[in-house]
Amino acid sequence: MTNNQTKITAEPGTQEILITREFDAPRELVFKAFTDPQLVPQWWGPRYLSTEVDQMDVRPGGQWRFINRDAQGKTYAFHGVYHEVLAPQRVIDTFEFEGLAETGHVTLETMKLEELPGGRTRLIIQSVFQSVADRDGMLQGGMEEGVNDTYDRLAELLAKL
Amino acid sequence: MDMFVALADPTRRNILELLATSGELPATAIYEHFPVSPQAVSQHLKVLREAHLVEMEKRAQKRLYRLNPQALSQFEAWVQQTKQRWEQRFAALDTVLESEKRK
Repeated sequence: MTNNQTKITAEPGTQEILITREFDAPRELVFKAFTDPQLVPQWWGPRYLSTEVDQMDVRPGGQWRFINRDAQGKTYAFHGVYHEVLAPQRVIDTFEFEGLAETGHVTLETMKLEELPGGRTRLIIQSVFQSVADRDGMLQGGMEEGVNDTYDRLAELLAKL
Repeated sequence: MDMFVALADPTRRNILELLATSGELPATAIYEHFPVSPQAVSQHLKVLREAHLVEMEKRAQKRLYRLNPQALSQFEAWVQQTKQRWEQRFAALDTVLESEKRK
């Protein structure tokens, strides 16, 4: 449908991940897709999981909780609190995965929407982890899903160091 | 030692860059590249070894250092994995936005 590229920046040794993507839709609409409990389940989770909005009180101090469920009924829940909701340009919230061995590993997420010409929108998501090790914890989670492309991209990585 | 903590230090990143361009270097040659004491560089090499970012081999009287390409491609693989996950999510979001536009 589009050739909008997803850009991920995760510098080694830092606590943050930056995600950038453009959309062929006006900013108000993208904002709606992030803040409407009817729309979130249609895109938020991975394709093989269903997403249920348990709580979604989109205002400063309001709580959100989403539940992903697989075909066997196994659930993965996530929750947080909205810190700022500034339509149609910014949402700041906390994010915590409930499936970890211990609680308290919280990420601060800032979602920004920039208006582009031609009714397009640029989305920028910044996730700040409590420590480099916490971001590394996400690495462990990602690795479990099985990554088989272990080709040597050393030169490319070193360019980023 | 965590890989990301090991990568957080600029001297250690410089050591990795040096090894990436030189391939394999004896410890003494690495020391010469840095203004700090050999002991300090040696300490950095120890951290890099513990994080499995570099490998060391003793050959005759020399300690030879080189990059461990496996560790670094692991990091790259994680970035790719995260990217794939978001691409999937955004593709679904594109579909939602298209249908909302028609409303």
